Amino acid sequence: MLEFLLLLVCASILVSGVLAVCLKDVLPAMVASGLASLFAAVSFLLLAAPDVAMAEAAIGSGLATFIFLYAIRKTGNGKG
Amino acid sequence: MMRHVLVAIVVVLFGLIFARMVGGYVELEALRPLAEQYVTRAPVELGTPNIITGILITYRGFDTLGEVAVLFMVAASVGLLLKKDDAKASSSKASSSKASGATANVSGPKTSAAKPVLAKTEAARAAAARTAAAKANASARAATASAVAVKSAKVAEAAEDDEAPRREPSEIVRTGTEVLLPLIFTFGAYVIVNGHLSAGGGFQGGAIVASGVMLMLLARPGSTLNVALLSIIESFAGVFYVGLGILGLILAGGFLDPRFLPKGEFGAFISAGAIPLISALLGIKVGAELSVIIDRFRS
Repeated sequence: MLEFLLLLVCASILVSGVLAVCLKDVLPAMVASGLASLFAAVSFLLLAAPDVAMAEAAIGSGLATFIFLYAIRKTGNGKG
Repeated sequence: MMRHVLVAIVVVLFGLIFARMVGGYVELEALRPLAEQYVTRAPVELGTPNIITGILITYRGFDTLGEVAVLFMVAASVGLLLKKDDAKASSSKASSSKASGATANVSGPKTSAAKPVLAKTEAARAAAARTAAAKANASARAATASAVAVKSAKVAEAAEDDEAPRREPSEIVRTGTEVLLPLIFTFGAYVIVNGHLSAGGGFQGGAIVASGVMLMLLARPGSTLNVALLSIIESFAGVFYVGLGILGLILAGGFLDPRFLPKGEFGAFISAGAIPLISALLGIKVGAELSVIIDRFRS
């Protein structure tokens, strides 16, 4: 059960990572990269590393995503 | 073509390396010797039920100090770079308006150059020349129009920038923030001070507090962060952290040794020597630093 769940989470990381690279629009790509981080945090939690999962969830999917958001807004939605 | 072949070769090489890693993977039956040392010694020597925080703050104390120093440097350089960027932005705006004026000047001579041609030509050629001149005119107009468009876009952007703080977020966001914010800050503080007992510690708790600050800034775009106060708090936290490390050097086994305070009862809130103190200082420092970084990116 745990292995199946882990495989599912890993597949989600891969899919959101590919989406983050392939999406043409910057904003959805940003959300996809944050999602990859969130799934990585879930996988850390499943692998019994709650400390790392906490840091990953707070920094990777929270702060980094919104720093990207501010950067995108500053650079004119990635078109400039 | 050559490049593609090179890229393909590199990809295949990486694939081989990773295939060997995946193929040779065996699940560990027992802990590695170093890990076993840590796992058996940390609860006895340090009195921390959460071994990870004990390792991070004591055995790997230098690494944690280095991480905090890296974060400090990141905050400092972000502040430096984005401050410069602001000054540049105002100057680049002035230069861009100058540049659009220059393009207008350039388009002026073009049309005047086209006109003499038109005057010189005979009636038979006049039509063709006229169409060419019209084309030139049209292109010049397009150029100025695009310049105007760029200008108006810039103006619109500036207006948006001015309006952004005034535009209120939706009711749901504001109310949700009011409900969630105290919970997030409390959870962050809990994670920080319980680092030696349960999962978490200074770094994680600081990141949680900073994400609460980020939520506050998102829900209230007009609010400002007291960056000067945060910088002072952060600097003092860093000084006290290194001071505790030096106390460990004098009173206990070495730099950042937390055993100069009594170990206390295993699993009690006040226990494990100076680890909760160091953890709290780390949490304050990381939270303040990340908040300052977010504020720099926002403004």
